[in-house]
Amino acid sequence: MSKIPVQRVDLIFEKITCKEIFEKVLQSKPEEIIQSVIDSGLKGRGGAGFPTGLKWQFAAREKGADKYIVCNADEGEPGTFKDREILDEVPEKVFCGMAIASLAIGAKIGYIYLRGEYKFLVPKLENKLAEFQQLMQDLGHDFRIELRLGSGAYICGEESALFESIEGRRGEPRNKPPYPTKSGLFHKPTCINNVETLVYTVMIQKYGAMHFRELGTKDSRGSKVFSVSGDTPTAGIYELELGMSVREFVDVFGDGDTKAVQVGGAAGFCVPRKRFDETIIGFEGVPTGGSMKLFNSSRSMYNVLHNYLDFFAEESCGQCTPCRVGCQQLLKGIEAVKKGEKSHKYLDELVKLAATMKIAAKCGLGQSVGNAFSSIVENFKEEIIY
Amino acid sequence: MVKLSINGLLVEVPEGTTILDAAKKLNFRIPVLCHHDDLCVAGNCRVCVVEQLGGKALLAACATPVAEGMQILTNSLKVRTARKHVIELLLSEHNADCTKCYKNGNCELQDLSNEFSVGDHILLDLIKHKDYTIDRFSPSIQKDDSKCIRCQRCVRTCEQLQGVNALCVAFKGAEQKISTFYNHSMAEVICTNCGQCINRCPTGALVERTYLDEVWDAILDPEKHVVVQTAPAVRVGLGEDLGLVPGERVTGKMVAALKRLGFDAVLDTDFTADLTIMEEGTELLTRLKKALVDKDKNVALPMTTSCSPGWVKFIEHTFPEFLPNVSTCKSPQQMFGALAKTYYAQTRELDPKKIVTVSIMPCTAKKYEADRPEMRSSGFKDVDYVITTRELARMVRQAGIDFTLLKEDKFDKLMGKSTGAGVIFGATGGVMEAALRTAYEIITGREVPFENLNIMPVRGFEGIRQASVKIEGCLEDWKFLEGVELKCAVAHGLSNARELMQAVKDGKINVHFIEIMACPGGCLGGGGQPIPTNQEIREKRAAAIYSEDMNLPLRKSHENPEVQLLYREFLGEPLGHKSHELLHTHYKERERF
Ligand SMILES: Cc1cc2nc3c(=O)[nH]c(=O)nc-3n(C[C@H](O)[C@H](O)[C@H](O)COP(=O)(O)O)c2cc1C
Ligand code: SF4
Repeated sequence: MSKIPVQRVDLIFEKITCKEIFEKVLQSKPEEIIQSVIDSGLKGRGGAGFPTGLKWQFAAREKGADKYIVCNADEGEPGTFKDREILDEVPEKVFCGMAIASLAIGAKIGYIYLRGEYKFLVPKLENKLAEFQQLMQDLGHDFRIELRLGSGAYICGEESALFESIEGRRGEPRNKPPYPTKSGLFHKPTCINNVETLVYTVMIQKYGAMHFRELGTKDSRGSKVFSVSGDTPTAGIYELELGMSVREFVDVFGDGDTKAVQVGGAAGFCVPRKRFDETIIGFEGVPTGGSMKLFNSSRSMYNVLHNYLDFFAEESCGQCTPCRVGCQQLLKGIEAVKKGEKSHKYLDELVKLAATMKIAAKCGLGQSVGNAFSSIVENFKEEIIY
Repeated sequence: MVKLSINGLLVEVPEGTTILDAAKKLNFRIPVLCHHDDLCVAGNCRVCVVEQLGGKALLAACATPVAEGMQILTNSLKVRTARKHVIELLLSEHNADCTKCYKNGNCELQDLSNEFSVGDHILLDLIKHKDYTIDRFSPSIQKDDSKCIRCQRCVRTCEQLQGVNALCVAFKGAEQKISTFYNHSMAEVICTNCGQCINRCPTGALVERTYLDEVWDAILDPEKHVVVQTAPAVRVGLGEDLGLVPGERVTGKMVAALKRLGFDAVLDTDFTADLTIMEEGTELLTRLKKALVDKDKNVALPMTTSCSPGWVKFIEHTFPEFLPNVSTCKSPQQMFGALAKTYYAQTRELDPKKIVTVSIMPCTAKKYEADRPEMRSSGFKDVDYVITTRELARMVRQAGIDFTLLKEDKFDKLMGKSTGAGVIFGATGGVMEAALRTAYEIITGREVPFENLNIMPVRGFEGIRQASVKIEGCLEDWKFLEGVELKCAVAHGLSNARELMQAVKDGKINVHFIEIMACPGGCLGGGGQPIPTNQEIREKRAAAIYSEDMNLPLRKSHENPEVQLLYREFLGEPLGHKSHELLHTHYKERERF
């Protein structure tokens, strides 16, 4: 076999002693912690890809004693299951990441917002949390973590909807600005990060910013945990260096008949075979929160798109017009085209509508429906029409 | 201050100003649907999107604060396309049977659709895939989800302005809807029927239950003697729906119009407002006496007013422990109804069976109130039909009456006479002021010590207001009140009412008498008043009410000659036997959902 361009990495699941790392971090100033995260080039692993160090810096600069750390463990993106694995395998590293963030921005309370379907993890997490709280006490750091459970709405993974949910209200996204670092949970400065992001901050403290920075590319530093699913003989969770092309990825994970890869779940993009070579998996190409779904030639892309739209039409929180009604129109629209009730030209109207949704919807959900829609419609038009 | 440009024009506004307001300053109107001046920002309809040069996504003008150097376009190609899409999307989910709709001609969605000439729909009609039923169970409010555009103005009104939380958002995605507790009908839930949601609904999803046909039938039935009463706030709102600007007093024109419509007697709720003061004032003094002289520990103080039916239902649901504190006086509307079919019938030698009483109210809760089983003390339904200010305006239009050209007319005699004290019932603080004018004079024999009888501390729009009057120089009978500081509090809007009652419960506010009006601004901002409403309009209506008061020769309830006559010839004395029978009522605890 030739050289595998897909590089396995072992940072996230590496067993480490959090106590040692945290003791070391306790010696640093908040600015130093933040600077190291900035230097590492780490970007959020929850999907939006905001530079983590900057986020921490914004939160740190806010005045006031009440600040929060929130760990986003809602993991609702279809085809993503890496956060579950991380919380199951190395929960103490997630807590440690939150504690480091708390030192950096000056927060005393943290919340983990756990996807409702991951309830089975709760006993284990609570046990580990008790140990962690003890550790914090022993080390004299005033920080505690509380667990909150979602109840199955995808939108509650969106940060501001997540805050609403923790506060006891209906999970609906808020207007931005203000951003969470200024006004987040309980309308206090809040730093919210994905499970995986938090674990990377621990490893950056352990091995140094440069170690992380050397992995990946200029726009996509480091590595990332991928959830690989679909038509693949090797479905599962893999931590890989960023910067590979879809072709390289498919060569390793495909079944030899891959016709498209959905990168980033329902909210992501569909990359057709003809674009495998030129498309980089990362922020310079197609970003992903971790979901990589492969489709071989036995799949109908109409069904694939229909599934995604069905999902969005149901999971839109429903508050804003472009998303609530737009999702239904896209779904019913491709059905009408398929049935011949609308001409294939109607797809062009729908692509325009999807473009409006992208710029006019209130939150990331509605704004990203057009990604899957347009990339599938444009690349697999025949499959949608006939 | 922040400098920015909008459509190439420079503007400077204070920090925190929204793009919407900044544009207003330059006379650019940006269309809105979910935005309402009285409510917090929602930013969910997305009609107000604007483009920021260099930005990727559009911005919701209502929800985005200005930033230094911003370059905003409110009418670019991108904006127009998106805005038109948004309107089309809303229409595709909207039961657009405009010509049959109650709100035809007064619908913000219709206006926008017209403005953007959304003619030939290209999008699919989604409405036919959904199953809607209209909730007509409430006697006050009709809810039609097929007309709803999910702007959530009603939810914000119910939750924030009114603190009632009867309306909520349920389900998500395509199923998302404005609902109630387990989707029960509006008649079964904690809804107070205040109708504030109706005043803010941009479409026909929430409207009043209308009884126009019933009223017309009665008028046109030669057998029936139809008596109409008009609430104080109607005369300062009606003009808005008939071609006049907010704040015009149209009392005389309104009376003339009612006569032209064919009512047999045009009488005034203000008359029973004066009567309410006699009964309620006496009730307060009696309670004070029991507390101060008899040292009766069981007497419920502070006493609260009972003339706002939204408030009454609210307290029945929310603070049932305070029900003994609510004055047992019926509202002026119901006092009127009970007297119309007894005293009025007797005096005019009419068969009460043939009398139909109609009230014109600024209020939708009055429809519910008239339906309460307690409100039949005349032996009949005391008030047969309640229609709102808006419905009256519609009747006037239906009858082809040019309201603006009408010559002023006067109320009929017998229950048609009122004082300025009765008029100010229509504004928050008005009942308190009217009560103080009378009570103070009964106790001391002198007028209240305020210039021109205007008790300014209880006026205004502050959510909760407190005032006190020191009682000095009491007449012989009232010596026990000598030196007492009579303390009172006023709240309007049910959120404020809740806050006030909670403070009373927690012992943080200690007063003798509380006036509460369910609606912001009092009845003048009632759920039956012309749409639109906002603070500016309410202030204009309030100014009109107080000028009406100033212009009347009599301004104290106890000086109303017809009220004096009523006591002499029929009732005997305040709180007497007959009063108890006809003018007082009781309340009941209700569930909290
Ligand atoms: C509809 C929607 C769902 C989201 N779901 C998740 C999620 O399940 N987990 C997550 O970490 N981020 C999710 N996000 C992204 C979050 O809003 C937020 O950007 C992220 O938690 C920030 O953490 P990071 O910077 O570490 O990525 C979602 C965003 C949207 C718009
Ligand atoms: S884009 Fe969709 S999910 Fe986001 S606020 Fe609008 S309706 Fe809700």
